[in-house]
Amino acid sequence: MSLNTKIDTETIERISGVNTRKCMKCGKCSATCPAFHEMDFHPHQFVAMVEKGDIEPLMKSKSIWNCLTCFACVQRCPRDVEPAKLVEAIRQAVIRQAGENHLKAEQIPEMLDSELPQQAIVSAFRKYKK
Amino acid sequence: MQKIGVFVCWCGSNIAATVDVAAVAEAVKGEPGVVFATDYQYMCSEGGQSLIKETIKEQGLTGVVICSCSPRMHEATFRKTVEAAGINPYMLEIANIREQCSWIHKNKEEGTEKAIILAKAAVAKLNLNTPLIAGESRVVKRALVIGGGIAGIQTALDIAEAGYEVDIVEKQPTIGGKMTQIDKTFPTLDCAACILTPKMVDAAQSEKINIYSYSEVEKVSGFVGNFSVTIKKKPRYVNSDLCTGCGACMEKCPSKKTPNEFNMGLDNRTAIYIPFAQAIPKVPVIDTAACLHFKTGKCGICQKTCSANAIDFDQKEELITKEYGAIVVATGFNPLKPTKFDEYQYNQCADVVTSLEFERLMNAAGPTKGVLLRPSDQSHPKKIVFVQCVGSRGQSCRDHSYCSKICCMYTAKHAMLVRDKYPDTDVTVFYIDVRTPGKNFDEFYRRAVEEYGVHYIKGMVGKVEQVDGSLKVQASDLLSNDQMVLDADMVVLATAVEPDPTAKSLATMLTASIDTNNFFTEAHPKLRPVESPTAGVYLSGVCQGPKDIPETVAQGSACAAKVIGLLAKDKLLSNPCVAHSDELLCNGCSTCANVCAYGAIDYVDKEVNDHGKREVRHIAVVNEAVCQGCGACTVTCPSGAMDLKGFANRQIMAEVDAICK
Repeated sequence: MSLNTKIDTETIERISGVNTRKCMKCGKCSATCPAFHEMDFHPHQFVAMVEKGDIEPLMKSKSIWNCLTCFACVQRCPRDVEPAKLVEAIRQAVIRQAGENHLKAEQIPEMLDSELPQQAIVSAFRKYKK
Repeated sequence: MQKIGVFVCWCGSNIAATVDVAAVAEAVKGEPGVVFATDYQYMCSEGGQSLIKETIKEQGLTGVVICSCSPRMHEATFRKTVEAAGINPYMLEIANIREQCSWIHKNKEEGTEKAIILAKAAVAKLNLNTPLIAGESRVVKRALVIGGGIAGIQTALDIAEAGYEVDIVEKQPTIGGKMTQIDKTFPTLDCAACILTPKMVDAAQSEKINIYSYSEVEKVSGFVGNFSVTIKKKPRYVNSDLCTGCGACMEKCPSKKTPNEFNMGLDNRTAIYIPFAQAIPKVPVIDTAACLHFKTGKCGICQKTCSANAIDFDQKEELITKEYGAIVVATGFNPLKPTKFDEYQYNQCADVVTSLEFERLMNAAGPTKGVLLRPSDQSHPKKIVFVQCVGSRGQSCRDHSYCSKICCMYTAKHAMLVRDKYPDTDVTVFYIDVRTPGKNFDEFYRRAVEEYGVHYIKGMVGKVEQVDGSLKVQASDLLSNDQMVLDADMVVLATAVEPDPTAKSLATMLTASIDTNNFFTEAHPKLRPVESPTAGVYLSGVCQGPKDIPETVAQGSACAAKVIGLLAKDKLLSNPCVAHSDELLCNGCSTCANVCAYGAIDYVDKEVNDHGKREVRHIAVVNEAVCQGCGACTVTCPSGAMDLKGFANRQIMAEVDAICK
């Protein structure tokens, strides 16, 4: 099954709850990102490219699988843009089409760590196949 | 029966594009009292005003309704117009069909319908208007300036120059404010102290200026022209009349370990201290939290040392109440303390400093005598990183939403000065945008880049880490789409400008308004920038919004001009739209006095004649000079005795009826 990449800014903004127009292009998300050098597109590019509607390259990127969902970008963004939520939204846009989760639900309980943010657990659930 | 004329303004296309003005004029023609109605392109123009005056005379009008912009814009204009044609100025009503109608509607039918309703409401009210005569009040020919920084000093000097008395209240032990801590000023790089201290001396020596240093405003009452202000003089424990400022007490004081506020805590001061050599007044204060005499009762060396016998441990707080015609707010700012920005390690690392701290490290009168040494080990930094917009332009809970305006320029100044003094030092500035509007400002910034070789990198710093006594700065280089890690010996944070913490309580005392950032609000953002909406209260300097020194001085002088304009008047006309109490209805319950924010209501025992029955009753009396016409008492009064002239209950109800018809 081929990937439908005709997904618009509005859809990604709705899934993520992010308003990309709040960004003032300071780059603090990419400055703070620990996975920066593993990524082909960087956190600030996710914001700019989603705003422009340039979503296909992001859906095909390595970055959506390399993002650690550590939320450093969300924590430090001075304008509360929350780039990690955009990465998660694009990841979801890809995974939903794939039609299955990579982790089985029954595998989750034994892997739980109470220190982890809820969204990190959900994204891990979506991201990895064991 | 009134004879009313209705004039509908087009305001060019501002109103006419969304409201059918001719239809509005036509619709009100049948309303009670209306004998004339027309529309005109610009009512406020000379032609428009002449039309009103001529019509008043030709038609023998007794009242005028103008359908136009907000009364805040032109009510005063049109009151003068009708007065010139022989009508009492309070026989004028404005129907706001611009701000509250044409500007907020897109559909012309809806706009027209609403404009007609607003016009009819104004006519209904005007039918019940009565002529009102404004009272007069005196003007106390003295001004109070709250805050003795460069803004307050400039305002005070200009008012004094015009021949009026001015008092400056400064909460610190010396006047001078933040500018005393600054080393050089952009874009000319002249020394701040060299241009400020002569002004401080001028203020101190002026016969018209009286400085209350180490003092705070405690209470404000009264109104424009007649303020009564209580000033709290905090005890210095040094008699200012006897002290010669020799400084022997400071040399001998054994308590030497208090962080020196003037040097941003980068060195220590004694318990008895003068903040800096050029302080005015040059009289020390005793910090009772650090003084051994106050803590243990055992010291007193300063007292024994002082040859002028000026030390007075028994000095008490003093309250002074004085009258003023005008009050100037010049409370200035403080730089944000970046304690919540963990990523920059300000709390953990001594070599991460704020720009004002850096200013002290570069200043010849600072803790390092002007030699740039990093705080941790007193070594020369070879690599310095500047971070802009710390706490400015953000929307998170740590940030202020506004641009602090001065940081781009002072950072360029710091970078340039470092490169000039220590050419072997590598200087990098991380910026989001470089904002340099101002005379010779952009040229200054370009000089830092092109002539002084300062590296400007577009991107923010994500984190600072301390590794083996050095700093690692991880940052974005957005133009190269790269993340870089720089070694640095020092990191300088350009922290946001914050209004002084006293602004909020002072605004409450003055009944002046502040915005969500605690900056004082001006009466009009473009046309009345130095007046607060509260009559008689003026704004000077950064208390109104971030400003650099030239702008602050310009605003300080503009503020003085407004104050002089007020003080030059012998009498002020008061607003006749004030409350009054019907003595036959008043039952003396005091509810109105309790809600009055201005203290305008007194109670008297008065003999009244209630339909032939004479008796002494306890009733409310309004002081018309103090009443601001807010109407709080009229809606509170349980017996309906309080009413507002010009906005009587029956007038308001007539408007409501006209709208609901």
